[in-house]
Amino acid sequence: MDDVVIYTKELTKQFGTFTAVDHISFDVHKGEIFGFLGANGAGKTTAMRMLCGLSIPTSGVGNVAGFDIATQQEDIKKRIGYMSQKFSLYEDLKVWENIRLYAGIYGMKTDEIERKTNLLLDKLHFTKERNALVRSLPLGWKQKLAFSVSIFHEPKIVFLDEPTGGVDPETRRQFWEMIYEAADRGITVFVTTHYMDEAEYCNRVSIMVDGRIDALDTPSRLKQRFNAQSMDQVFRRLARKAERSE
Amino acid sequence: MNPVIANDIRKHYGNVQALQGISFEAKPGEIFGIIGPDGAGKTSLFRIMTTLILPDSGSCLVGGFDVVKEYKEIRRRVGYMPGRFSLYQDMSVEENLSFFASVFGTTIEENYHLIADIYKQIEPFKTRRAGKLSGGMKQKLALCCALIHKPDVLFLDEPTTGVDPVSRKEFWEMLKRLKTEGITMIVSTPYMDEARLCDRIALIKDGRFMSINTPDNIVADFKVPLWAAKSGQMYRLLNDLREYPETDNCYVSGEYHHFTARTNDFDPEKLTQYLRAKGHEPEIKRIEATIEDCYMYLARK
Repeated sequence: MDDVVIYTKELTKQFGTFTAVDHISFDVHKGEIFGFLGANGAGKTTAMRMLCGLSIPTSGVGNVAGFDIATQQEDIKKRIGYMSQKFSLYEDLKVWENIRLYAGIYGMKTDEIERKTNLLLDKLHFTKERNALVRSLPLGWKQKLAFSVSIFHEPKIVFLDEPTGGVDPETRRQFWEMIYEAADRGITVFVTTHYMDEAEYCNRVSIMVDGRIDALDTPSRLKQRFNAQSMDQVFRRLARKAERSE
Repeated sequence: MNPVIANDIRKHYGNVQALQGISFEAKPGEIFGIIGPDGAGKTSLFRIMTTLILPDSGSCLVGGFDVVKEYKEIRRRVGYMPGRFSLYQDMSVEENLSFFASVFGTTIEENYHLIADIYKQIEPFKTRRAGKLSGGMKQKLALCCALIHKPDVLFLDEPTTGVDPVSRKEFWEMLKRLKTEGITMIVSTPYMDEARLCDRIALIKDGRFMSINTPDNIVADFKVPLWAAKSGQMYRLLNDLREYPETDNCYVSGEYHHFTARTNDFDPEKLTQYLRAKGHEPEIKRIEATIEDCYMYLARK
């Protein structure tokens, strides 16, 4: 299919004798919301680092946004966005300064940054907070802003590394609405999460156990296959046989 | 007398009203959950109940003792597992445990039966430094240290935050076993799905309890019929549902969108036809509210 934006075949990463990622193969399509699940230590972060061009595979093939993950990392970095709950925005910079910084790093032109910043702040109802330090914002606002910043340069794919947590259900839903909207615009969303109820928002999810992908399908088909009521049950059934932890 | 009796507790920091009149009673041997997001006031309430900070006003009795005047009595009788890992990172598993036992004038042997189930899982690593343990093992050690003096009341502030679903499940199974020992547990969590594992829960928002009840009764209090819909185009479905004149409130909720209708005679068949005309092949069904639905419903009221 020509709308494949992430492709891996037997992708593997070893650290010494330890195989962190063990021959994983999967495709992700344009505009898809793809959930990447696994217990602590299952190999999610290592796999994601390879896809983002931050780590070179030991063996196997990977292609992201049309570029090879082993040889064209700089081309990949220009075409992806990244957000994590742990670190995304500079707390000591103002809202507009954070946007300006990231947009500048991705090579956007000053007048375009200015125009899009106004549009974004308006859309988020953040216009009054333009000059506020990020540290002063409530957690939910930070998360929304961090996501908006991660797709500000219109990447082909955005990687979300445990993006939410700790916010109230209403705010979490507003966040997922933003993700739906981005996917509807054609941005592919690759998301890792600890919240199994969030896996239900994804078009498809993969579940990693001990470095391998043990299951990959839509949430409803996975629930059917494992005769489970929720993704939480699916996950527990698969992860229980894991031998390693973080 | 109930082991925890809170009456109109208030606490502010500068301009922030962290707790705006919290009242509740926890019954002997129950698991009482305090459920809400970061910043709702959960940790402030725990610190008051464990005598670590003073309330501005209101009163709180723990084990019959006043948190302000009789704090020393309370400290002897409660166990506290704070949200942040607070054991000694440079001491081994075993050293941490015997330290906490000795502070309370007891020994590991004396109350070993209480922690045996949990401690056995980390005993193979008893010479390892606490700082070198994995997240799940740190959590188990912290629980052992909070239990070693056989407290009457155990306070657990977000014990499962950041822990993967398998370890979370195991942790709740441990709490259920402790319940059989008669220990009263006050547990906070931001995970709404954990509400179901408590005997009673309080839903907290902006320093206030919106509701205190059993999980079943909280769900039963959601009086409006709740519907779920999905199609192959979830974002467009959301917008189309919101434009439908009979839709009252509509929000994303995982595999389905949830919505309530403005009228009691809402006809799902009519909605199906409307959505088909918009290019969807929708599935619509009546559902029972989850604790999250209830939380949002109460938060909007």
